[in-house]
Amino acid sequence: MKIGAVREIFAGENRVALTPDSAVQLQKLGHACVVETGAGVKAGFSDAAYAAAGVTVLPSAAAVITVADVVVKVRGPEPSEVAALRKGQTLISFFWPAQNTELLEAAKERGVTVIAMDMVPRISRAQKMDALSSMANISGYRAVIEAGNNFGRFFTGQVTAAGKVPPAKVLVVGAGVAGLAAIGTSTSLGAITYAFDVRPEVAEQIESMGAEFVYLDFSEQQTDGAATGGYAAPSSPEFREAQLKKFRELAPELDIVITTALIPGRPAPKLWTEDMVKIMKPGSVIVDLAAERGGNCDLTVPDSRIVTDNGVTIVGYTDFPSRMAAQASTLYSNNIRHMLTDLTPKKDGVIDHNMEDDVIRGATVTHDGAITFPPPPPKVQAIAVQKPKEKPKEPTPEERRAREAAAFRAQTRNQVLLLAVGGGMLLLAGLYAPASFMSHFIVFVLSCFVGFQVIWNVSHSLHTPLMAITNAISSIIILGALLQIGSGNWLVVILAALSVLMAGVNIFGGFLVTRRMLAMFQKS
Amino acid sequence: MEIGFTTAAYVVAAVLFILSLGGLSGQESAKRAVWYGIVGMALAVAATLIGPGAGLWQLSLLLILAGGIAGWVVAQRVQMTEMPQLVAAMHSLVGLAAVFIGFNTHFEMVRVAGLDDAGRAVLDGFAALVAQKSPVEIAILRVETFLGVFIGAVTFTGSVIAFGKLAGRVDGKAKKLPGGHVLNAGAALISLALLLVYLQSGSTLALIGMTIAALFIGYHLIMGIGGADMPVVVSMLNSYSGWAAAAIGFSLSNDLLIVTGALVGSSGAILSYIMCKAMNRSFVSVILGGFGTTTGPAMEVTGEQIAIDAEGVAAALNDADSIIIIPGYGMAVAQAQQSVSELTRKLRAKGKNVRFAIHPVAGRLPGHMNVLLAEAKVPYDIVLEMDEINDDFPDTDVVIVIGSNDIVNPAAQEDPNSPIAGMPVLECWKAKQVFVSKRGQGTGYSGIENPLFYKENTRMFYGDAKKSIDALLPMIE
Repeated sequence: MKIGAVREIFAGENRVALTPDSAVQLQKLGHACVVETGAGVKAGFSDAAYAAAGVTVLPSAAAVITVADVVVKVRGPEPSEVAALRKGQTLISFFWPAQNTELLEAAKERGVTVIAMDMVPRISRAQKMDALSSMANISGYRAVIEAGNNFGRFFTGQVTAAGKVPPAKVLVVGAGVAGLAAIGTSTSLGAITYAFDVRPEVAEQIESMGAEFVYLDFSEQQTDGAATGGYAAPSSPEFREAQLKKFRELAPELDIVITTALIPGRPAPKLWTEDMVKIMKPGSVIVDLAAERGGNCDLTVPDSRIVTDNGVTIVGYTDFPSRMAAQASTLYSNNIRHMLTDLTPKKDGVIDHNMEDDVIRGATVTHDGAITFPPPPPKVQAIAVQKPKEKPKEPTPEERRAREAAAFRAQTRNQVLLLAVGGGMLLLAGLYAPASFMSHFIVFVLSCFVGFQVIWNVSHSLHTPLMAITNAISSIIILGALLQIGSGNWLVVILAALSVLMAGVNIFGGFLVTRRMLAMFQKS
Repeated sequence: MEIGFTTAAYVVAAVLFILSLGGLSGQESAKRAVWYGIVGMALAVAATLIGPGAGLWQLSLLLILAGGIAGWVVAQRVQMTEMPQLVAAMHSLVGLAAVFIGFNTHFEMVRVAGLDDAGRAVLDGFAALVAQKSPVEIAILRVETFLGVFIGAVTFTGSVIAFGKLAGRVDGKAKKLPGGHVLNAGAALISLALLLVYLQSGSTLALIGMTIAALFIGYHLIMGIGGADMPVVVSMLNSYSGWAAAAIGFSLSNDLLIVTGALVGSSGAILSYIMCKAMNRSFVSVILGGFGTTTGPAMEVTGEQIAIDAEGVAAALNDADSIIIIPGYGMAVAQAQQSVSELTRKLRAKGKNVRFAIHPVAGRLPGHMNVLLAEAKVPYDIVLEMDEINDDFPDTDVVIVIGSNDIVNPAAQEDPNSPIAGMPVLECWKAKQVFVSKRGQGTGYSGIENPLFYKENTRMFYGDAKKSIDALLPMIE
């Protein structure tokens, strides 16, 4: 099949959907590639570079669309572009089907199969074609760079001969892909970075990137991101209030604010209100990555940079990935290439549009003259549902006291019972046994008692020496043999002599080994 | 003068023994405690040789010296990893000595019973003591002798088998003859019946019969207990050797024997109890051998064991701030304690917080790991018990598990059907990263699948523990 890339006609769009590198990979799948002349120039890929990679360079978009079976693009198609497509042709690009229903209808009418890169489901297998993530990553990075460009100081704190420079304080709102990329960039530039997200489970990710998670003093159970495919869900008004209060608290100290908060299918939530901008220091910078969807900041003007009366710069650009066209094109063309790899399972240059496949089904919005949007939920869930963390209930002081009292009573009862039974048995034995036995017996019982009291205090780490020393001590049995060895009976003498010998081994061996062990224990 | 002097010496010796055991509460006081024990023992033996045991004292002294030299040589040569075997072997000596002394008592009784009044009058030593006993006292003496021989015989064969298992000369798996515990119970019943016969007749045959039965019980009981339960077995045998000494003490009317035997017996009993509690199992279920029956199929373990090489582990260690090492029997087998100590020293030199977590039943002897680490000069104040360190795992960057398995098995907490359900374990899986040094993919000693190896934050570091750790050393910088 022929894969064709056309020049982006949207004003200011510098990216291209096919790079020489990705074209080489596509050719390995058995596809042929064509490109419109000048398509990659703004991203730094010349026609010559394409030709060198085996791509046919055609003079116009119309020529590309005529020969190509699959048209790849970055931006969603203009109506004129849709009109140029023919039946059976496949278009792969961003599409935003929920917002562009008319365009979707038009594509269906033309009988074009449209694969929307923004509809790739968020499952592990599809990460390699998740263009939203790869573009968001660039936006996050670029947001920090833009902020730095508009910020008059260092990010990192320095103590120089010419004076001390405080580190910049950066707040990143929303810890999605863009947010995390921004956190990473900001911390690696040396700024003190704070981050906030409505999904408490991302706190760990934030901290792993080196930022400090801004906790709210709010107890309401937040919706788990796993239920919404890893995206944030709208929050309750109370939660929003708590959040804004926290931001107001932070605003006067911050130098840079980067907002990335988006909720799928809704306008961007207003999180940075006008009064917060007013209390920020002059020279501070706000970069609003949600500008395209209305902006997280009240004052954001999409596609432009403004400076407020109190000297706060607000950057509302919507084309961050396009501003890094070379990087963005490389990543995006790889996403497209991976999508085509999945569409060409046999690597024979024949596209098998398998609608049973979760990823392909999810991304396809029109197919065979029908609208296939919205897709059914994927069979594989994006993120494992987090187990709710159960907190062990703190017992109230009364409960604890009651429990302690009960334990104490039970202990007392046990002890009294044991003492009564033991005492009774002793008395019983005393009734029948002769006095000579009883005197020894008392010694025995007391020794057991002393033993129990003493051994409980032995440190765990000394249990082996304890065994060795008790072993040595138990060879006290030698006394018995010594008492008997003087007997006149030869058999007794032999047995006693053997016992003395064995006990002798034990005494010396036991004590020496214990000493050896104890000598090894050292304090650091 | 003799009686008074000997008794006084015995009292002093008893006090010294108590102090000796009590001194083991701390590492520093323990060094003093050994001397208490040695002095106590010397005093007791000397007082006996001068006093009531003066007959053939030259021979006694000679034998003690000969035995002492043998003991000294063994004590110098033994490797610290062989400590469990040594302790078990020594218990068997005490058990055998108890059997011999019990038989001697019996022979003396027979001899005295055969003499007339004139003959009795000229007896001395132990025989004279027996001669003065009333019929009731003779009956009690017979019970005491019988008990001493019984416990001694069980201790003897039990310790021999335990030694064999620990030294690897007998297969460590739990094995029972057909009939299982019925055989043990039968042998015990026979012993009881023979006791009654012996009480009536004082027949030598009954005593010998019982000894054989007791030897069988000792053999069969310990054969039926698996290698993982050895800490309990060894401390239990320790306890038995004490009770045997106490029983002999009764039969010889020697208070010091009674006191010391009772001390040792109760010490072993408490140790066994502590070990059982650490495994969340009752003493009876350990003694009866094998693991308790499970109530259902074990939880399915899903996922795969992901291997890692030394470079990966070293990189993680270089990045980590806090590290916990969990040693187990595998470290002892591979003789890896020196390498572990060297690793610890290097990591600590870099300012990392390195600690050791010791499960109470790690190894084959209570406190086995502590002794090995001490031998390798790991300072004891970074070697912590399970209860002290279990809460710290969530804040730990890297956990290295070296040759332990069941004591880090999360199934004990997560799977109610696991054979080890409810056993307290080291919660190492809560750490950020866990490396398991293990020879191969097999299940451990107990044959229980370990879900830890399949966890996402676990990486398997296959290979001999010593070689693995040695490979890490040059990469820590």
